[in-house]
This record gives sequence, structure tokens and C-alpha cells, in this order.
Amino acid sequence: MNVGDELPGLSVHVTREQLVRYAGASLDFNPIHWNERFATEVGLPNVIAHGMLTMALGGRVVTDWLGDPGRVVEYGVRFTRPVVVPDDDEGALVEFTAKVGEVRDDGTARIDVTAKFDGRTVLGKAQAVVRA
Amino acid sequence: MPLDPSFVGRTYPPETTYEVGRAKIAEFADAIGDDNPLYRDIEAAKGAGYADVIAPPTFLTIINIRAINAVAEDPDLGLDYDRMVHGDQKFVHHRPACAGDRLQVTVHIDDVFVRAGNDFLSVHADVATDGGQPVCTTYAQLVVRGERS
Repeated sequence: MNVGDELPGLSVHVTREQLVRYAGASLDFNPIHWNERFATEVGLPNVIAHGMLTMALGGRVVTDWLGDPGRVVEYGVRFTRPVVVPDDDEGALVEFTAKVGEVRDDGTARIDVTAKFDGRTVLGKAQAVVRA
Repeated sequence: MPLDPSFVGRTYPPETTYEVGRAKIAEFADAIGDDNPLYRDIEAAKGAGYADVIAPPTFLTIINIRAINAVAEDPDLGLDYDRMVHGDQKFVHHRPACAGDRLQVTVHIDDVFVRAGNDFLSVHADVATDGGQPVCTTYAQLVVRGERS
């Protein structure tokens, strides 16, 4: 593991169906994630993805690469922009990339994750610390 | 109404115990499209040194958000829950959560401040087994959008 190493990326079409599945799995039933009428009433352009779903998908880039997800000792993100999910079969395309940002003396490494939707980043300071 | 800064340092003890189930881990992994065998295959998990199947790194959101929302809904705090959004989230894992863990969440208010007309609430939560073994510490910042934003 060396600084600058790139992890295999991941592209996900986040659909309304996935939002419903994630709502049930995570027990987060906030209607902004499934009810277009409610979402637009509170000023959003449309239904948006759970920030925690986007975070989880970014985590997959790291755990797919590690093989053992138990090697993730820290994982944090800022939620900077919403992922707007249209009511169609294609959904919202979110593209994840990641690279090794730092290798530490204590046997851990920092992985920097980038998530892009519509050409712009949707997560800020998305970083995982993993046991190398 | 601005948040009351005297709430900094306040602790909210666990309200319930959550038992992590194999089926719930598999359901969560399915929902994020993750086919990692350590989330589903007990023998694979044991072979990797774990007591049972392990949970994905963000799985504890299930109990974390519920515990944070209980704080956010504390009427004494005076937070406008309908205008609240999640600003950031971090998980620090002391070990992976495993099926069979009986977990409790204790939430602490770390900071309360106003910036650019928005209220900010920073909390951390200790997730531990009912026997007191630390599993994860979560950190979150919640933002209550001001009336004009």
C-alpha cells in the first residue's frame, strides 16, 4: 500500500427502488427520501438519496478493496450536496473513486474517497482509516 | 429559537438494547448492493477471526440515528426538528459489530453554536455491548437551517 495508489472505482445508479430498500434496511423513513410531494414542499428539487446511503456506497469502494471490512477502523464524511433521484429506471448516477492518502507508522492508512453526482462532489472530506 | 448552550456536556443514557441479527445485516448489505461474504457466511466470518458475521462499517446508523433523533426531539433543547439536516457523520470502530451483539447507545452533546444564521449541534455516541464492551464511537454534526436559508 503506497500513497497515491488508486482503488478500483464504483459507479452506482441510485434508483427510487434502492431508496425504498435502504429506508427499510436502515430504518430511516424520512419522507424526503421517498415522497416527491413532501420533498418538493420542503424546497428540495425532488426526492433525494439518504446521505447515509451515499456514505455506505463510498464505503464499499474501501471494503471491496480490503476484502475484510473489519479492517476499517474509522470512516467519516461530510454531506455537502444532495443526490437528486428522478422517478425513472436509470436513477441518479453516482461515481466513486478512492486513493491512498497517507500511510502511517502505526500500521494504518488513510483512504480518501470521492463521490460525484452530476459532475460535482456530494461528499466532503470522505476518509477511511484502515489497518494496512 | 437559538439552541441553549447550557446543553453542552449533557449525556443521554441508553433507552433500549438492540440485538444485531444476521438477517438484518444481510438485509442492510443487500440494500447497499454489497455481496461481501463476511456479512452473510458464518464460516467465512469465523475463518477471518470473528465470532459471527460482521456488519458493514455504516450499519450502526440503524441505532445511531434513532438515538440522535431522541436527543434532537428533547423538547427542552428547543431544536426545530423539521428543519434539521445531517451535516457530517463519522464512525470510529473499536471492533466490527457482529451478529449477536446486544448494543446500547449513550449520546453526548459536545457543542452547540450558531453560524451564518444556522444552529449547529455536535454530538458523539458511545455504542457498547450490554456488558460494557466498547464497539464503536460515532460523531455527528446536525444543522438546523435558519428561517431564511
